[in-house]
Amino acid sequence: MSEKAILFDATKCMGCRACQVACKGWNELPGEETSNRGTYENPPDLSTTTWLKMKFGEVSSNGSIATWLFTRRACMHCTDAACVKACPTKALYYHEMGFVAYNKDLCSGCGYCQEFCPFDVPRLASTKTDDGVLSKMDKCTFCADRVTRGEVPACVKTCPTGALVFDDRDRILEMADDRAAEVNGVVYGKDVVGGTHVIYVLDREVDPELHGLPKDPKVPALATAWKDILQPAGYVLGGVVALGLAMNYMVARARMVKEKEGR
Amino acid sequence: MTNHWCDIANADVVLIIGSNAAENHPISFKWITEAQLRGAKVIHVDPRFTRTSAKADIWAPIRSGTDIAFIGGMINWVLDDMEAHPENYNMEYVNQYTNAQLVINNGIKLPVDLDGVFSGLDEDARSYDKTTWKYADTTNPVADLNSDYSVFKLLKRHYSRYDPDTVSGITGMPKDKFLEICRTYAASGQKGKSGTIMYAMGTTQHTYGTQNIRAYAILQLLLGNIGVAGGGINALRGESNVQGSTDMCLLWHILPGYLAVPHHLDTDLDTYVANHAPGTITPVGLAGDKSSNWWSNYKKYIASLVAAWYGVLSAPDPALMDTRFNYLPKVKKGENYSHMRLFEKMNDGIIKGLMCWGQNPAVGGPMAGFERKALEKLDWLVCVDLWETETAAFWKPENPSRSKPTSEIDTEVWLLPACASYEKEGTITNSGRWAQYRYKAVDPPGEAEDDLWIVDKLVQKLKELYKADPDAPNRDAIIKLSWTHGADVDKVNREINGLDSNGKLVANFTKLKDDGTTSSGNWLYCDMYTEEEGNRAKWRDPVDHHPHQIGLYSNWAWCWPLNRRIIYNRASVDLDGKAWDEDQPVIEWRGGTWIGDVPDGGWPPINVAPVGSKYLPFIMKPEGVARIWGYGRADGPLPEVYEPWESPLDANLMSGTKNDPTCFLGEDRGDPGSPTSYPYVAMTYRVTEEWQAGQMTRNLPWLVELMPEMFVEIGEDLAEAKGIGNGHRVKVKSARGEIAAVAVVTKRLNKLPGKVGGKDIYHVGIPWHWGYTGLSTGASANILTPHVGDANTAIPEFKTFLCDVEKA
Repeated sequence: MSEKAILFDATKCMGCRACQVACKGWNELPGEETSNRGTYENPPDLSTTTWLKMKFGEVSSNGSIATWLFTRRACMHCTDAACVKACPTKALYYHEMGFVAYNKDLCSGCGYCQEFCPFDVPRLASTKTDDGVLSKMDKCTFCADRVTRGEVPACVKTCPTGALVFDDRDRILEMADDRAAEVNGVVYGKDVVGGTHVIYVLDREVDPELHGLPKDPKVPALATAWKDILQPAGYVLGGVVALGLAMNYMVARARMVKEKEGR
Repeated sequence: MTNHWCDIANADVVLIIGSNAAENHPISFKWITEAQLRGAKVIHVDPRFTRTSAKADIWAPIRSGTDIAFIGGMINWVLDDMEAHPENYNMEYVNQYTNAQLVINNGIKLPVDLDGVFSGLDEDARSYDKTTWKYADTTNPVADLNSDYSVFKLLKRHYSRYDPDTVSGITGMPKDKFLEICRTYAASGQKGKSGTIMYAMGTTQHTYGTQNIRAYAILQLLLGNIGVAGGGINALRGESNVQGSTDMCLLWHILPGYLAVPHHLDTDLDTYVANHAPGTITPVGLAGDKSSNWWSNYKKYIASLVAAWYGVLSAPDPALMDTRFNYLPKVKKGENYSHMRLFEKMNDGIIKGLMCWGQNPAVGGPMAGFERKALEKLDWLVCVDLWETETAAFWKPENPSRSKPTSEIDTEVWLLPACASYEKEGTITNSGRWAQYRYKAVDPPGEAEDDLWIVDKLVQKLKELYKADPDAPNRDAIIKLSWTHGADVDKVNREINGLDSNGKLVANFTKLKDDGTTSSGNWLYCDMYTEEEGNRAKWRDPVDHHPHQIGLYSNWAWCWPLNRRIIYNRASVDLDGKAWDEDQPVIEWRGGTWIGDVPDGGWPPINVAPVGSKYLPFIMKPEGVARIWGYGRADGPLPEVYEPWESPLDANLMSGTKNDPTCFLGEDRGDPGSPTSYPYVAMTYRVTEEWQAGQMTRNLPWLVELMPEMFVEIGEDLAEAKGIGNGHRVKVKSARGEIAAVAVVTKRLNKLPGKVGGKDIYHVGIPWHWGYTGLSTGASANILTPHVGDANTAIPEFKTFLCDVEKA
């Protein structure tokens, strides 16, 4: 199967949020209890029951409204994915179609994926079971159950304006370049973290960070260290417990550093 | 819509006014986006920067309720530009296809002469004698552009007052923005270019809402934008089937097919036709010399409707037809049965029973506190709905507007569970007039039944009761009602199309008879269901067979009239039948025949047809040309600026007449709130995540998650002045009541850039979806709205009234 991608063209998005609802519909995710916090945006954040969320941002110039930005927040499906690197149980993996898939049965609920994701996407939730508290990660699945059967993802299917498009990644990149040239925009996601499988077309005048997109997302060295050095080393040492402890220490340390930096 | 959804893609300029298309008609943006991809400019005029504004090339803020000043200003700009650069406009269209050249009665006085009103006003009766508004020669009006009384001269004289400074001073829109819009939109006046106006309730829900639309019509006619691809006046209907329900007589004053509801003077069929069917008017001096006056077929349509309801005759029987015609209910002298009057009559104890079928006036009605109390006076109330609406639950303690405890309310209430659209089968008619068949997907839950099943049971029972009671009022109207279709949707579709005396489907409305020997439940739909082609509402051919592929998709569903996708399309060609727009022709005369869309009458083009048969293009108008000057309206032949019933100004800045002198005033309206007590301009609207009075969305967890609570939008500047923070709870008050909501403080609704009458104008935006039943509950915006409405239609003035807001 060929490598696929989703195009999000912010210049065509009108913020109707049909994608957000279609995601919940197809994936049978429950509505969350929310409140109006002085914004159209809701729920406030991604969660294990909200895998796609539209962000709204008012941009002003000289005190007047200049534009209203609508941005997609969901898994970027990186080629060089920190979550896949960091996942100790190999629950997260690269699907042959390019996106980041996961096997929830294997998830140990460690949270490293969330910790290392440069886009702050995966979310964990704990549920009480007979065996105690069980923690599991959830995120956008790229509608694997649809795309592997030749369907487009639910969000793409419902988009009224064509702001979301699903196709071969090569084709999506061409479309993104063409569109960017047409509207004097920029393409995001082509090369960062090895290339993402959600490609954005953004207005050139608007800083990608206003869209919540880091200028230069990186796979944290720690995640790489874990997968490429520590884990093989760990197997050699055979000290799985020790390894876990070492990892926990490093994650905790990373958290402290992030908090210090104000995230 | 004169055009249809897909056709928006053909526009060179899209003017969205009185509409938040992106939020309330998201699918329209598929076509707007398509137009933008082809290079179209999108203009959004709205007090508030909405999701539509975010996608527009130009957003212009405007004071709510000042469309006529704004569009009047554009008309004035176009008239001036037309004089300077006639080559930039389609003057042949204006001169030959509109009444611009025709001469009006020289007794006419304009608002410029009479301080804001037209000649003929009876102030006490709040109505006009329209004699002086008519053509000088009422049957053979003369075309003479040089006459001081030609429509064109009167138009110029009237709108010369609407200069850019005056427009900016009334609307609060910056002058440079106004001029930018004039230049951008007027470019659609070039031959071969088109501009569309998309509007919705932001246009209609004013005391002069009809005149707002008239202003759009005049602008579009001056720019040659009616009948062409990518043009038109396009009403974005607020529900999927509003067009269908209007076609089928949702409104009190029309029968199916826009036939007048009979009134007390219509004593028999011929008198009714004489009173309502317009006589043919034949203009003199135009290239066209023949007016088809399609409404001259009025009698065929009313006779076929009566036959649909009381049986097709095998042979003509005028006496029997009169008897049957007189079964129809008639409007009593001086009465008006529009929404507000009905509630006044309930409140007065005159109307004792109410059926609310998919309607929720306890949330959606104006001055809802009053209307909720009126429900308490009813003997019985039947609600047919998917959920227990606020109307069905008006007697419960949750209703904050009750005047007395539940135990003291004697109204007997039934709630009949109905099917949702996916649980039943039948047609809906969308904004583009496409009748589309929908099949049932799932069974309804519990005891829910489809509408037709409920009506059928009701009619069967009524017939039984009336039969048993020899003294029942207007008994024959019920017991003689022909009810052969029962609950069979297919049979209903056949009856709507129409049948002959042999039970065969009538091919189209040109075959209908005026003597009762054919039936048609709605003449406009006669052609939808034919013996040869079956029920065309079921057609699903996704290929556009138009020779130039202008997006007609004529074999997808069926469209009234006669599957004509763009109405008035004979105005899209010149006198020789050549399309103004060669790239996007709707129809063309080629090789002695019309190709493309179904033409508005198959006669040859004006220059090809023989003298005496040169048919003018606007076949639904008695004079065959479109009305720039429209003398049929209640409040004037041209739109004139008035203030909303509740205005932030003390006076009309254009004249000494503050309000539309003929607007609808509810008897129980109370006094308007003063700008001193209620200084801010309030407007109600919808958001994309919720729908109408809310029952279909406020009960769905996914949508409640998105828009969980009642809120109001307030500009950052006003919020700061009032000490209101984002997300704070606030109280909003009007002269009618008070509601609580969460404040969404935003720079999208800051005060208008320009002062109006020396004042800063602040708007407060209030979504109207919430009520006291369902998963998400909240205060209803309509507690605040007034019981006043449009002069022609009595639609309530939901869009502009006064309020105050403070921190709760």
